[in-house]
Amino acid sequence: MKILAIDTSNRPLSVAVLDDSTVLAAITVTVHQKHAEYLLPEIERLLGMANLKPTDLDRVVVAAGPGSYTGIRIAVTTAKTLASTLDIELVAVSSLATLAANVPVEGALVAPLFDARNQNVFAGLYRIKDGVPTAVIADAHTNITSFLEAVTEYAEPVWFLGDASHFADLINTTVSAATPKISPWLNLPQVATIGLLGQEMAPVKDVDRFVPNYLRLTQAEAEWQAKNPNNKKDNDSYVEKI
Amino acid sequence: MGPTDKRNLILAFESSCDETSVAVIEDGHKILSNIVATQIKSHQRFGGVVPEVASRHHIEEVTLCIKDALTEAEVGYDDLDAVAVTYGPGLVGALLIGVTAAKTVAFAHNLPLIPVNHMAGHIYAARYVEPIEFPAMALLVSGGHTELVYMPAENEFEIIGETRDDAAGEAYDKVGRVMGVNYPAGKTVDEWAHQGHDTFNFPRAMEKDDNFDFSFSGLKSAFINTTHHADQIGETLSKQDLAASFQQAVVDVLAEKTQRALADYPVHQLILAGGVAANHGLRDRLASDLASNPTTHLVKAPLKLCGDNAAMIGAFANVAYRHGVFADATLNADPSLEFDWAADSAK
Ligand SMILES: [Zn+2]
Repeated sequence: MKILAIDTSNRPLSVAVLDDSTVLAAITVTVHQKHAEYLLPEIERLLGMANLKPTDLDRVVVAAGPGSYTGIRIAVTTAKTLASTLDIELVAVSSLATLAANVPVEGALVAPLFDARNQNVFAGLYRIKDGVPTAVIADAHTNITSFLEAVTEYAEPVWFLGDASHFADLINTTVSAATPKISPWLNLPQVATIGLLGQEMAPVKDVDRFVPNYLRLTQAEAEWQAKNPNNKKDNDSYVEKI
Repeated sequence: MGPTDKRNLILAFESSCDETSVAVIEDGHKILSNIVATQIKSHQRFGGVVPEVASRHHIEEVTLCIKDALTEAEVGYDDLDAVAVTYGPGLVGALLIGVTAAKTVAFAHNLPLIPVNHMAGHIYAARYVEPIEFPAMALLVSGGHTELVYMPAENEFEIIGETRDDAAGEAYDKVGRVMGVNYPAGKTVDEWAHQGHDTFNFPRAMEKDDNFDFSFSGLKSAFINTTHHADQIGETLSKQDLAASFQQAVVDVLAEKTQRALADYPVHQLILAGGVAANHGLRDRLASDLASNPTTHLVKAPLKLCGDNAAMIGAFANVAYRHGVFADATLNADPSLEFDWAADSAK
C-alpha cells in the first residue's frame, strides 16, 4: 500500500511517503509557515524521489486538527481533494495524536499541547498502548490550568510535547510527578509515524463531507448560538446550490 | 475534427468570497456546467460575510462541486486541457481553499494550472453574451470593487479609475442595514428604488472632478444623517424614496464617470460587470446613455453571471491558456491582487 502522510497543523510542515511499513521519504520543515506555497511542491518532490506518481497512491493520511485554522485547512483540503479526485482512501488522525506518536515508550502518558493564546491550549492526554497513542483525555480547546489539573490526577510521569515550553513554569508548579526531559525533536510532528499507524486505521467514510477538526466554533457562530439556543441546524444546511 | 479543432476544456474554480463554484467551460464561451454553492443564508445570521465561516464552508463544498461539475458536463479528467482558479483578490482564507483544491487536482491529473484574477473573470462574464472586441472598457461594480478598466488588447488590463473609499456594493449593504434590509441588500434596495422618487437629492461625490475615481462614503454619511435626523424627530421617511434617492446618486456618479472615460478612451465595447451589474437602475441608465453612442456599444454581463461563479473564471482562463499564462504548484492566494494602473493615469 502506497501512502502519503501530511501535517501542516502548526508552524512545522511534515510530509512522508510510505510503501506499507517502509518509509520511502520524509521531511519536516520549520523555517517558514507558508504551507499554501510549500506543501504541494514538497509532496511532488517526495513522490518524485520515491519514483511514484500521484495515481500510484492508495491512501492519504492527514493530521486533521486541532491546530492553526489555516494550517489544518490546507492539509485537509489537499488530502481530501487528492482522495476525492483520485478515488483513494483518506485516513484522519488527530494532530495532537500525531505528536504523541513520537514517544516510543510503551505505557507512557503523553500530553501534547498547542498554544491557543490567552492561557488556552488545544490539548489531549494519550497513553501509548501497543505502540499506538490512545486518548485518555479527549482533545479539547481548554484553559491550561484546568488541563494540567486533570493531568495531575493521574499521578504519573507525563511527557509534555508541542508548545509545552510556553507553560514550563506552570507545568513545574502544577504537576508533581517528574516530567521526562524532552528532545526538541519530539516537539515536531514526524508524519511518517502516523503514516505507519494510518495503515491500520479505518478510512473516512465520506471523503467529500470531511472537514478539519477545529475543536472550536468561530466567534461569530458562538455568539449567534448563544442568542439562538434552540437552533440545531447542521452547519452545512446553510449552504445551497443555486 | 482534426487535432487542431479539438475543443478546449477547462475545469475552473472560484472561492474568493461566499460562493464555492466549479465549472467546466468549452472554448471560453460555452458553459458545460457551472455549479455554485452559495453561503448567503449562513452569513445572513451575522449580517455580513464572516471570513472564517466562509472558509469553513468552502472546505465542506469544494470536492462535491468538482464532482457535480464533471458529472453535469459529462466529462472526465482525461478530457480536460487545464485547471483554472481565482487566486485573488478576495478573502485570503476563502481564496486558499479554491487555490489548494485546484492545485491538487492539476497535480493529481498532470494538468496545467491557470491563475486567474477574479476581476478579469467578472469582465469575461460578458463573453457569454458576445465576443469581446478590443479596445474595450469595463465598468466593474461589486461588493468589494468599483473600477473602470481599460483593455487595449486581449489579456491587457489597465485601471483608469477606482473607488477611493467604499465599493458601490458595500454602500448598498450599509444603507440597506440602516433600512433594516439584511445582507446582501442590493436587490431589495433596487426594487424599492423603482417604487420611489429621488426626493432627497443626496450628494454626487467627485462627479465633476477631473479624474475617473469614485467615492461613496459621503453619500453613505448623508444617507445615515438623514435617517438619524428623521428618527430623532420621530418622522417616518419613505423607504422607497430613500432607496430611489440613494440609487439615483450612485447611478449618476457611475454613469457620469463612465461617459467621461469613454470620451478619453474610444472603445468598441463598454462591459458592465460585477455583482452590482445586476442592478436594474444601473443597467437601464447605461443602456440609455449608450443608445446614441455611434462607436461604443454596451455589453451587460448576463444577470445570472453577475455574482461570483466559476464560469466567468473559465471564460478568461481560455484567454490565459492561449497566451501561455500558467502557474506551478507554489501558487498562493493574493488577497489584494489588482490590475496595474494605466501608465498615463495619475493615481
Ligand atoms: Zn466578485
